[in-house]
Amino acid sequence: MTARIGILTPGAAARDEPDASPFPVKLSVRDLSFYYGKYRALNNIRLDIPAKRVTAFIGPSGCGKSTLLRTFNRMFELYPEQRAEGRVLLDGEDLLSSRQDVALIRARVGMVFQKPTPFPMSIFDNVAFGVKLFEALSRVDMEERVEWALKKAALWDEVKDKLQQSGASLSGGQQQRLCIARGIAIRPEILLLDEPCSALDPISTARIEELITEFKADYTLVIVTHNMQQAARVSDYTAYMYLGDLVEFGETEQMFLKPARRETEDYITGRFG
Amino acid sequence: MRNDAARMARFVRRKRVNQAALALAFAAMLFGMFWLAWILWETLRLGFESLSLALLTQDTPPPNEPPGVGGLANAIRGSLVMVALATLIGAPIGILSGVYLAEYNPRGALAVTIRFVNDLLLSAPSIIIGLFVYTAMVVRMRAFSGWAGAVALSLIVIPVVVRTTENMLALIPSGLREAAYALGAPKWKVIVGITLAAARAGIVTGVLLAVARISGETAPLLFTALNNQFWTDGLSGPTANLPVTILQFAMSPYENWQRLAWGGVFLITLIVLGLNVLARILSRGASS
Repeated sequence: MTARIGILTPGAAARDEPDASPFPVKLSVRDLSFYYGKYRALNNIRLDIPAKRVTAFIGPSGCGKSTLLRTFNRMFELYPEQRAEGRVLLDGEDLLSSRQDVALIRARVGMVFQKPTPFPMSIFDNVAFGVKLFEALSRVDMEERVEWALKKAALWDEVKDKLQQSGASLSGGQQQRLCIARGIAIRPEILLLDEPCSALDPISTARIEELITEFKADYTLVIVTHNMQQAARVSDYTAYMYLGDLVEFGETEQMFLKPARRETEDYITGRFG
Repeated sequence: MRNDAARMARFVRRKRVNQAALALAFAAMLFGMFWLAWILWETLRLGFESLSLALLTQDTPPPNEPPGVGGLANAIRGSLVMVALATLIGAPIGILSGVYLAEYNPRGALAVTIRFVNDLLLSAPSIIIGLFVYTAMVVRMRAFSGWAGAVALSLIVIPVVVRTTENMLALIPSGLREAAYALGAPKWKVIVGITLAAARAGIVTGVLLAVARISGETAPLLFTALNNQFWTDGLSGPTANLPVTILQFAMSPYENWQRLAWGGVFLITLIVLGLNVLARILSRGASS
């Protein structure tokens, strides 16, 4: 570990930049370290995530990209042995501060998981579940909101005649879009996507990627992916991580055409051993 | 070639061993099914004979009446009320304890202790539970009562429901919980709205199986509800119930009582069978 840190300076690319970023920043990660018990999974991460853009986290399994994503909505707090040190600033406010209410953070920072997780209730209630937590909408308003979210997630036409059916009755790709609808129904500012397509077939994957591109207009998106082509297709910025370090961060095009670091190039071109 | 022959010999041997194991398993199944079928057959045959409207509408008769006089109405009523009450006491306690074990600090020292004690309770002979409630309630209140009977039965319901609730909740994938938390739901809402809802069929099945179990329990009622030859409205005195009535009537020399005992056996068998079938249907619905 220590030897490697010598080679890959933690967050080198981001650190060399001045604090003023070339883009409007939504989320700033500062000196973030993460521990699973005694095991250190992230080392002093420093990273700015641009507003209303898609940022992809790539890197080999176990490099910490999902771990980093799960600090953005404090999901790790469900597990008592997990711990984050450092700061994650959402519009300048530290998310990790104990003064921040975790429910309100999660209302602003939505998340879509690797496996589709429809709740054991109707399609309509799946989407309404999160909304009901924060807003007391009338029935008509709620129906409008559910329709809006399902339309945004490009699922409305497929489910509009069976909103009372169980969410589990949908196909895998539809379930994942239902989860996306559920996530955006509470109108978050950021949407975190943790390998959202890895359990889906190519057609469903293409539909979700379209959604991601459309969502850029309204949301800040962060996607963890194992699929290099996917990162290249959907993201504007890419962060390459390795063994808990942020190796390189930059515009996707530049990262894929002319990465600044050899390690990044080796990984992207598949020469990584 | 020699190698091939050796391989063939091994293959033949493997097939023989497989056939032998299959035959043994089949024989064991037949042996078990034989007794089960016989029990069911005898119950149906002897119980069916004493089946009549009077069985459900008339109270237990005094001894030595001619066959056909009297029924089990008071015992049926007592059993239904006590089983219902025991379920109402035991199921909520069991479900809430199961929720604690599965959702709140499942690896904590308290949870480990509770789990151990619960396992003890689960395997405790029911006569011990009867004697415990006898000393704890009957002796202090100076009366046998249906209340004590219901409490004794609820002590049998609790560990069964705790165990099934915990197991069913543990089967819910953590991804489902995380997805609910990710929407900003508080813990109680995640448990009530998502995990309990997802495990509902399994938990209801557990409760039904507990009901089936206590509807035939005799030992916990012997020292608590005792028995009563007459119809009672409350539960404050000795209360008639099916299992103890069956015990008393079956052991008696009077033919009428013996026939009524078979009628009671028939009723309990029918109820337990029905509950088990219902539980099966529900748990099948849960898995699909």
